[in-house]
Amino acid sequence: MRNSNNKPIQNFILNNLPIFLLVCTVIVFSLFSDKFLQLSNFKNILVQASSNIILATGITFVLITGGVDLSIGSIMFLSGAIISKLICQNHPPILSCALAFVACIICGLLNSIFISKFRILPFIVTLAAMYFWRGTGLWLTETRALNLPDNFTRLSSFNFLGVPLPIIMVFIIVSVCQWILSKTVFGKHLYATGENIDGAQKAGVNTSRIIFTVYLISSVCAFIGSVISLSQIGALSPTFGLNKEFSAIAAAVLGGTSLFGGKGKVFPGTLAGALLIQTIENGLVVCNADPYLYQIAIAAVILFAVLIDCTRQIIAKKQNIRLIRPQDFS
Amino acid sequence: MLLTIKDIDKSFFGVQVLRKINFSVEKGVVHGLVGENGAGKTTLMNILGGYIQPDNGFMILCDKPYKPKSPRDALNNGIAFIHQELNLFNNLSVAENLFLTNFPLKKPCFLKTINKNSLIQKSKTILEKLDLNIQPDTPVAKLSAGQRQMIEIAKALIADAKLIIFDEPTTSLTQYEANVLFKIINQLKLSGVSSIYISHNIDDVLKICDSVTVLRDGEVVANGQSSDFDKNSLISHMLGRSLDKFFPPKKNIPKNQILIKVKDLSLPGVISNISFDLYESEILGIAGLLGSGKTELASLLFHGASNLSGQIFFQNNDITNLSPAEKIKLGIAYLTEERRADGLCLDRSIYDNIILSALRNYARTCISFIDYNKLSEDVRCIANKVELKAIKDHSAPVKTLSGGNQQKVVLSKWLLTKPTVLILDEPTRGIDVGAKHEIYALLNKIVEGNAGILFISSDFDELIGICDRIIVLSRGEIAGELSKSDFNNSRIFELASKRHANEKFK
Repeated sequence: MRNSNNKPIQNFILNNLPIFLLVCTVIVFSLFSDKFLQLSNFKNILVQASSNIILATGITFVLITGGVDLSIGSIMFLSGAIISKLICQNHPPILSCALAFVACIICGLLNSIFISKFRILPFIVTLAAMYFWRGTGLWLTETRALNLPDNFTRLSSFNFLGVPLPIIMVFIIVSVCQWILSKTVFGKHLYATGENIDGAQKAGVNTSRIIFTVYLISSVCAFIGSVISLSQIGALSPTFGLNKEFSAIAAAVLGGTSLFGGKGKVFPGTLAGALLIQTIENGLVVCNADPYLYQIAIAAVILFAVLIDCTRQIIAKKQNIRLIRPQDFS
Repeated sequence: MLLTIKDIDKSFFGVQVLRKINFSVEKGVVHGLVGENGAGKTTLMNILGGYIQPDNGFMILCDKPYKPKSPRDALNNGIAFIHQELNLFNNLSVAENLFLTNFPLKKPCFLKTINKNSLIQKSKTILEKLDLNIQPDTPVAKLSAGQRQMIEIAKALIADAKLIIFDEPTTSLTQYEANVLFKIINQLKLSGVSSIYISHNIDDVLKICDSVTVLRDGEVVANGQSSDFDKNSLISHMLGRSLDKFFPPKKNIPKNQILIKVKDLSLPGVISNISFDLYESEILGIAGLLGSGKTELASLLFHGASNLSGQIFFQNNDITNLSPAEKIKLGIAYLTEERRADGLCLDRSIYDNIILSALRNYARTCISFIDYNKLSEDVRCIANKVELKAIKDHSAPVKTLSGGNQQKVVLSKWLLTKPTVLILDEPTRGIDVGAKHEIYALLNKIVEGNAGILFISSDFDELIGICDRIIVLSRGEIAGELSKSDFNNSRIFELASKRHANEKFK
């Protein structure tokens, strides 16, 4: 006898927390500023959030296995460094991007090999990779900022039926990734591995292949994120991609992904998480808030969301207590 | 003959665990496998399930040589192993768990997309076959222990298993769930699927098995139809000596001094109006079926709860609102039913585990040096008392010990804190008959002093053998209290199941 579903509204909100928080934020900011609630502003938020959404989508796969990838910011920087260096030497953008893509695949492969074959903790491997690839990128660019020509920055302003390219990319990547998670054998094996890796192995799941693949996915997402971000900024600074891994993890966690593994969704979870962070930043700008407040506000939201998530788990646990005397409730 | 095991030997690090094991299982029978902890049952079944390979000997399955290289290989050959700890994924649905490694796929297929309709359809068929009223898309996290066991059986059926190995399947099941399991095992038998049934519960083995093999110290000591054995003969085969008395003689005389007084303890939906006294030098039994609230009662006595009403007194002091740490300081010890998860650090040594709770008593302040001489002396003393002396090396990790010895380590840990009240929840679960006997003797020794014991169990014979008084719980209420002269198994069962009779089980 379990007393689940006795509070359907409470359960509904708790189960869709990221979306609920997003809606609340939008309502609050639209009360403060009439410039906020405009279609162009929402388009703006989506475009600005696009690279973080893509990075966070990649890292969600890693987090579901119970691992972490701290190197994506640096891989993003390395990819940016290769692209800008080659374009500035008058190589065609397509070739530069292809070479950067190969480099990102190699970074991902190295992470995968050390983690799944040599069984080193993901935290350590990707921490080392974080320093290594940033170092390599700084060495390539000689710590100089590089400006990119128009033929590359045009990419971000490219439109299809009025929809900017970054939004199209976000749409494609989020839907493909969510489809992989929920509809394919790989997705189900991914969740099983994250829940209980020994059990999954016993059941016949090739867990090392799963873990191998997720670090590749997160590197590929880092590459796409870097191309979009680079074309939006139009220049490569030595701090490009710095701390991006943390905003990606923050977005995934806000979206309900568990750092212990086994739980998380790209849609709506991670998407809503990344949008929430961007909306708060955008809203504070629109409301002319003190810029020093931005990071403090985001910190508060992250802590608040995780706090609610923990409370939700405690509530869920309570609801699953086996009731021995149901008549006390009737 | 479905399976024949011939001359199997196995040793670990030079210690021979199995010696020339021979036995066979026929098609469509339930074969019981019994023996003390450490007799080699698990090793033998791990060989059969493909987890380890034998040193010598061979196996024949359906007239063909059978040499499993991995659990997967064993399953492909038709042997499914249902472990005591089930291998299900709480974050996936029932259907996804059932078909985790052979999902029906969509055609044409890109990236191995799951065909959801076919998945649900196939799951429904198999669940109906087992008479399970579960929707295939229910998350496994929502199922009860009994239902999860059934899902494991369904997995075995999907793999088209010819032989299913059950390792202690009833330890987490209620009486009703266990009966359903027995019914299913019987159905499987009729449809030609054999089972190997491992259990410490001799009564169950005699009830459901057609034939029985007894292992002792890695050798087969008896083999035959279960009708040739009775409880006593099976136990004497297992132990190699007859256990003329299951329970050691009791010498304690309960005194008049009340140790614990519980007054009208209630928690909505869990327990209601529980009142009892525990006297010095007394073993008070708390009997009840699974789901009667006995485990919850023990946990509430120790941990409390925010909406708990009623009072708990310890030697006339109200301790209802004290924290567990404060209760430990007063001399109350609580051994949960999950000794591996709650009571032990499995990777640490025996010594480290024993000193854990009492460590603070061996230093003057939190930051002073620990008096290791005295501590080691006391640990040795306790280890002798609980007869852990069989293990000379106290630096061995606890996970290498058998269930019985692990329980002794947990008991030692608490005895080192010199408790006056011990709350024991199912202290003998999963422990073989010989080790049980030793633990009973130890408990009797403890209550010869002034300590009192609250002994919670669903094994009524055990309660009758060791307790001075028994309280029977049913649906969170006290259904009756029996004094020593009224002890009677069927009377306890009647009280414990009193209210279950007109209730519908789910």
